[in-house]
Amino acid sequence: MKVLVAVKRVVDYNVQVRVKSDGSDVDIANVKMSMNPFDEIAVEEAVRLKEAGKVAEIVAVSLGVKQCEETLRTALAMGADRAVHVETDAELQPLAVAKLLAAVARREQPGLLLLGKQAIDDDANQTGQMVSALLGWGLGSAASRVELSDSVTVTREVDGGAQTVKLTLPAVVTADLRLNEPRFVKLPNIMAAKKKPLEKLTVAELGVDIAPRLKTLKLAEPSPRKAGIKVATAAELVAKLKNEAKVL
Amino acid sequence: MIYHAPLKDIRFALNELADLAAVCSLPGYEDCSVDLVDAILEEAAKFAEGVLAPTNVAGDKGSRWDASGVTAPPEFKAAWKEYVDAGWVGLRAPAEYGGQGLPALVALAAEEMWCSSNLAFSLAPMLTLGAIETLHHHASEELRALYLPRMASGEWTGTMDLTEPQAGSDLAQVRCKATPDAEGRYRISGQKIFITWGDHDMAANIVHLVLARLPDAPPGVKGISLFLVPKFLVDADGSLGERNDVRCVSLEHKLGIHGSPTAVLSYGDGGGAIGYLVGEAHKGLAYMFTMMNHARLGVGVEGMAVSERAYQKAVEYARERVQCRGIGLDSPDSVPIIRHPDVRRMLLTMRAQIEAQRALACYAAAALDRAARHPVESERARNQSLLNFLIPIVKGWNTEQATEITSLAMQIHGGSGYIEDAGVAQYFRDSRITSIYEGTTGIQALDLIGRKIASEHGRTARTLLTEVVVTVEKLHAIGLASLANNLGLAAAHAGRCVDFILANYGDDPQLPAAGAVPFLHLMGLVLGGWQMGRAALVASQRLSDGDDDVAFLRTKLMIARFYGEHLLPRTHGLAAAITDGAASVMALDEAQF
Repeated sequence: MKVLVAVKRVVDYNVQVRVKSDGSDVDIANVKMSMNPFDEIAVEEAVRLKEAGKVAEIVAVSLGVKQCEETLRTALAMGADRAVHVETDAELQPLAVAKLLAAVARREQPGLLLLGKQAIDDDANQTGQMVSALLGWGLGSAASRVELSDSVTVTREVDGGAQTVKLTLPAVVTADLRLNEPRFVKLPNIMAAKKKPLEKLTVAELGVDIAPRLKTLKLAEPSPRKAGIKVATAAELVAKLKNEAKVL
Repeated sequence: MIYHAPLKDIRFALNELADLAAVCSLPGYEDCSVDLVDAILEEAAKFAEGVLAPTNVAGDKGSRWDASGVTAPPEFKAAWKEYVDAGWVGLRAPAEYGGQGLPALVALAAEEMWCSSNLAFSLAPMLTLGAIETLHHHASEELRALYLPRMASGEWTGTMDLTEPQAGSDLAQVRCKATPDAEGRYRISGQKIFITWGDHDMAANIVHLVLARLPDAPPGVKGISLFLVPKFLVDADGSLGERNDVRCVSLEHKLGIHGSPTAVLSYGDGGGAIGYLVGEAHKGLAYMFTMMNHARLGVGVEGMAVSERAYQKAVEYARERVQCRGIGLDSPDSVPIIRHPDVRRMLLTMRAQIEAQRALACYAAAALDRAARHPVESERARNQSLLNFLIPIVKGWNTEQATEITSLAMQIHGGSGYIEDAGVAQYFRDSRITSIYEGTTGIQALDLIGRKIASEHGRTARTLLTEVVVTVEKLHAIGLASLANNLGLAAAHAGRCVDFILANYGDDPQLPAAGAVPFLHLMGLVLGGWQMGRAALVASQRLSDGDDDVAFLRTKLMIARFYGEHLLPRTHGLAAAITDGAASVMALDEAQF
C-alpha cells in the first residue's frame, strides 16, 4: 500500500512570532522555519507503518514556496521514499490546500492520506476535513492510534474521551499529538535523503483554483497580562469576582 | 537546564567567515553541500537540545567504580545508545569504515553543540574519533578492517592512553612495557592515568591506544611505540572473546566533567595485556602527533562551547532577575538586571569572545580541510602552516577564556550562582579542565613561539598580521573607526612581539618563554579581533545590499564594535609585559618563592 503524507512548512514552534507593524500579517522574515509538528507525527506514523510491513511506499507532499524542499528533505530523512512539491508563492488557504492535496491524491492513488490535524501557524484545523470531503474518502481526524489492515481503525481524541472509528480504504487520517513521538533523524538518512527523488509540480498542472476565499482584515498581538493583586480573604475574592470581574 | 543551539551564529561563521561552500568543493567532499550541512546541523541541534542537554546535570553525579569495572551514569548510557543509533559517531569518520567522511569544518559545528549540551558525554565520541584517526593513518590493514567499522559505528569506543604518573607533559618519561610474544603480539604491562572514558559500560568493547616501550627501545621520545589493546580480545570475525589483562583500578575525583570517568588503568597484573603494534616500532609519539592538531582544535571547541552554554544561562538569568532600580532612571522600580550597565558589559564580554573564538576555530577547521584535500600541493602546504600556527592559539586562548567567561556567568548570578542548584557552577567546573588537558596553555604557548614562530622565522605570523592590516583598512573605509583603530594597534603590538621573539629565541629563549602565555593571549585577541572585523565587513555589506535581516546583522556589527573597544585594548598591557617584563620573571632565586 502507498501512503501519501502532507507536510507543511511553518514557523518553528520555539519562535515567538510578532505581528507586522501594519497589522497585515505575522512577520516571518528571517525566523526559523520547520515542519509542522503535527505533520511530523503523521510522517512518523507512516514510517512506523512501513517498518511494520503494512506500507510499501511513502510519498511526502508539500505545497508552497521553494524552501518547502527543505521540509520535504526532512520527511525523506525521516523515512519517506520520495517527495512531491507543488511550488507556488501564492497564499494558500485551507480550501486551496485541500483541493491541491486532493489533486495530488488522485494522481498518486494512495491507500491512506496522512496529515497533521492542524498546522501550528494558523491553527485552522480544516484541511483534513475538506480533503476527505473533496475525495469522498472516510475521515479519522485527531488520531491517537492507527491500526492498518484492509481497513483502518482510528482512535480519535474527542471531547470527553476517545472514539474509535473503522474506515474503508482509501481514507484520510489526521494526526494528533499523542499518536506517537517522532524519532530523531539518523545522520546516514539525512545523507541519503539528498538523493531521493523530489518531483516538482505546479498549481497549473494540477488545474486547481487556489484563489483565496477569506480576507484577513487585521492581526493584533494579545494585550499583555495586567498585574494581579492579592486579596486578604475568600470573601473579598468572591466579591471581586462578582462585582469587578463579573464572572460569578 | 535548557540549551538552544545557536544555529544562526554557527551558520554565519561557517558560511561567511570559513567559506563552507569552498570546503564542500574540495576533492572527496563532493557529496557535501551548504544545504546538506544545514539539514545535518538542524538535526544535530535537535539531538543536542533534546537528548544530550537534559542528561548534563544527571551526569554531574558521576560514574561509579567497583572492582568489576565502571558504570556510566544511566542517563548517559541511554543517550549513547541514541547517539550511536542516529549515526552521529561517524560524522567525520572515513567513509570506507562506514562513516560519512564529512569535512572537519562541518564536524566542528556539530561538536560545538555536543560540547555545549554535555561536555562530559561529548568526550566519549571525541576520544573514539581520535583513536579512529590514529589507526586510520598508521595501523595495518588487518587492524583497521577489524576495528574501525565497529568504532566508526560507535559499537566500540576508543581511548588514548599516554599519561603515566611521572609522564605528563613530558612523554619521554613513559615507562609502560611491551614485550613481544611468540604469536607476533605483545604483552603490555604498567600503569596509565587520566584515561578519559578509560572504562565504562556504554559500549561492548573499548579500544585502548597505549604508548609503551619495547625491550630494545632507545631512551627518550624516540623509543616509544603505540599499541592497540582491546578491553575484550577480538576474534578474526569481530566477535568478542576473553577479557584482556587491563583493568580500571580507580576513578579520579575531579573538579568537573564528573560524568566522564577518568580512569587509572593497570595493564598486565595477570601476566600482560595482549596488544598489537600500531605501525612501526618506536614511532608511537610521532603517530600521536598526527592527530594532535585535530584533538587540540577539538578542545578549543570544548572551551568555546561551554562558554556558549554559560552565556545562554547568564542571559536567561539576567532577563529574569529583578534587582535594584536602574542607575540614572527616574523610576524607583527595580529592573531586570540585564538593564544594569555592568551586567551588560559582562554579557557582551562573554558573547564577543565566544563569537570571535567560534569564527577562529571554524577558520582553522577550514584550513585543516584544505591542508588535507586541496588539489594544489602548495595550497596544502600553505594551509598546513596556517593550521599549525592557529592550533595552539585556538586551543590555548579559547580554553583560558572559558575560565573567564564561565566565571562571568557565575558572577551575573550573584550568590545563587555559587550554589550548585543554579546550574551555572557546573559550566565553571567543567570548563576548567580544557586549558589543562591535551597540552596545558603553557605547552601551547611554547609550541607557538618555538615551532610555530621561531622555527619558521615568523613567516606565517607575518602573513596573518598583513591580512589583519588589510581588514583594518577595509574597516576604516566603512567607518568602523574604533574597531579599525584598536585592531590596527593590536596588530602592531603583535608584530613587535613577534620581532621580540625572533630576536631573542636563539640567544636567550627564556626571555620570550617568560611571556609566551601572554603572547598566546595577545595573538588570540588579535586574530579573534580580525575575525570580528571580517564579520563586521560582511554584516555591513549585507545591510547595504538591502538584506532584510537587519536586527541580526546590526547585532553582529555592535558586537564587533564592543570587541574592538573592550577586548582589543587588553593587547596594550600584554605587549608591554611580553617585551619589557621577561627579566623579572627569572630574577628570583627559587628559594625566594
